[in-house]
Amino acid sequence: MGETVIKTDKLTKRFGDFIAADEITFEVEKGEIFGFLGANGAGKTTAMRMLCGLSIPSSGSATIAGFDVYKQTEQIKRNIGYMSQKFSLYEDLTVIENIKFFGGIYGLTDLQIKTKSDELLHNLGLKQEAKKLVASLPLGWKQKLSFSVAVLHEPKIVFLDEPTGGVDPVTRRQFWDLIYNAADRGVTIFVTTHYMDEAEYCNRISLMVDGKIKALDTPRNLKNTFGVETMDEVFYKLARGAKRGD
Amino acid sequence: MRTIKFLLQKEFRQIFRNRAILAMVMVMPVMQLLILPLASNYEVKNVNIAVIDNDHSSYSQKLISKITASGYFKLTGYDFSFKEAFKLIESDKADLILEIPHGFERNLVREDEQKLFIAVNAINGTKANLGGVYLTGIIKNFNADVRVQLVQPGKFNQQPTITIASSNWFNPYLNYHVFMVPGILAILVTMIGGFLTALNIVKEKEVGTIEQINVTPIKKHHFILGKLIPFWILGNIVFTLGLIVSWLIYGITPLGNILLLYAFIAVYLLAISGFGLLISTFCDTQQQAMFVMFFFMMVFILMGGLFTSIDSMPDWAKFVTKFNPVAYLIDVMRMIILKGSGFKDIAKQLGTIGLFAVVLNSWAIINYKKTS
Repeated sequence: MGETVIKTDKLTKRFGDFIAADEITFEVEKGEIFGFLGANGAGKTTAMRMLCGLSIPSSGSATIAGFDVYKQTEQIKRNIGYMSQKFSLYEDLTVIENIKFFGGIYGLTDLQIKTKSDELLHNLGLKQEAKKLVASLPLGWKQKLSFSVAVLHEPKIVFLDEPTGGVDPVTRRQFWDLIYNAADRGVTIFVTTHYMDEAEYCNRISLMVDGKIKALDTPRNLKNTFGVETMDEVFYKLARGAKRGD
Repeated sequence: MRTIKFLLQKEFRQIFRNRAILAMVMVMPVMQLLILPLASNYEVKNVNIAVIDNDHSSYSQKLISKITASGYFKLTGYDFSFKEAFKLIESDKADLILEIPHGFERNLVREDEQKLFIAVNAINGTKANLGGVYLTGIIKNFNADVRVQLVQPGKFNQQPTITIASSNWFNPYLNYHVFMVPGILAILVTMIGGFLTALNIVKEKEVGTIEQINVTPIKKHHFILGKLIPFWILGNIVFTLGLIVSWLIYGITPLGNILLLYAFIAVYLLAISGFGLLISTFCDTQQQAMFVMFFFMMVFILMGGLFTSIDSMPDWAKFVTKFNPVAYLIDVMRMIILKGSGFKDIAKQLGTIGLFAVVLNSWAIINYKKTS
């Protein structure tokens, strides 16, 4: 521990008059599982897109794996994995074709792609489905595949935007096993979620309300601070005052 | 290079898995080349004519039979009053009215002079215009025949005449297939190159897969090349198919060097695909891309010189056609296929299209943004 991989200072994104992310400041250390919580419309996805180099901030500063979010977006992209809220692998390609394609795009060698994809299919138990079109897989498997593809090139940080939305509890547990495995290998996990049980799995949590970070601590400390028993209540206490959202 | 290999692999897999697109790419050119040249024809036939014969003489009968025998006219009304004949025009049953006055034969023989009246329905401009010209021609001819019969050819009254012998080069029989086929081929290549590429990137935007691409360290020009090359290859295949069809069905083979033709098509496909890609970087949905592309295609095709001659356009329109890639293609296709033009003759067009290709593709690369 001790190595900071994400560092933001007053990072802000405006769309016209609307301030989607308002001076957010935080740090994430290597190997951490960092939970990024907030109600719908709080600005989580906007913040995450800035950190991934998909969106240029309006003001403030941030470095990801030591690279600047304004000028070094392409270096950032080499060092991160990203799994968007919306499933975005190619549905008209097979499982193995998707793995090979993204492996190739990230510049892995043929040998690396071969061993990685064998390992991945084995871990996910997808050997039988390797030659099926991704469109035919159930959602839970798609999400697990998405995650595995996002960490295929062994990024330093992986960003997960609501990875378990709409997934059954068993698959969610399996998904978190994958996350823990990656964290054990030293990958930093940056994850947004709406499930408070999942929030408990995180090392630290930040909670966004109306574009601002309202709380940032370990789940245990947060519960103590607010004098409540569960993360649900912490979330409720903080997010109740939200003016945005649907 | 390795990245491009992976991109191409992916793109071709997707194309070959999309049966509908594949069928369209293969069947559309063949069908269009089979049907369109047979249907679209500049020649005006079946002009409906109504004749008001007030004379009922043998000469008026001769004139009418000469008109109907020409093959261009269909007699749809005879022996009406002008009012009734005009009704035929109003109900679109007649395109022309020919009125033969009283005493047609008598005046022609005795007075050496006669007037006929032609009324033309100008709603269908081409038909009316050409119909009028044909009719005048036939009447002139009739007049000449009458002269020969009535007047004994002699030294004194021989009128000087100029006979014009014309020969049609490069298309001696004025065969319209020969004229249309290269043009239709040009449009097919344009459709494949332009539409498919325009829709492709936008589809990735719609489905959301572009997000996963944008978060990788992929180079922008690699991505654009990965989109460009597959449709370039597809365009060449369609073009080859089209050439085979025009050879098998219409017996049209390029008079000029076929390699030169392919060289021009190669550059042209780069340009038109680049245009499609550029459109796609501006649009967010396939609907938008479709409409924008359709707008440009209409302009390109109607101002491309396929249906109407560019030389007869007003100056501003001629200027616009300078920026129309389709106009260059139709021009060069006809030059190489029909006229057998060589490299020197098309060098200027080739250079211009090459410039288009560079500008459009660079613009597409610049305008494709991985970071918003």
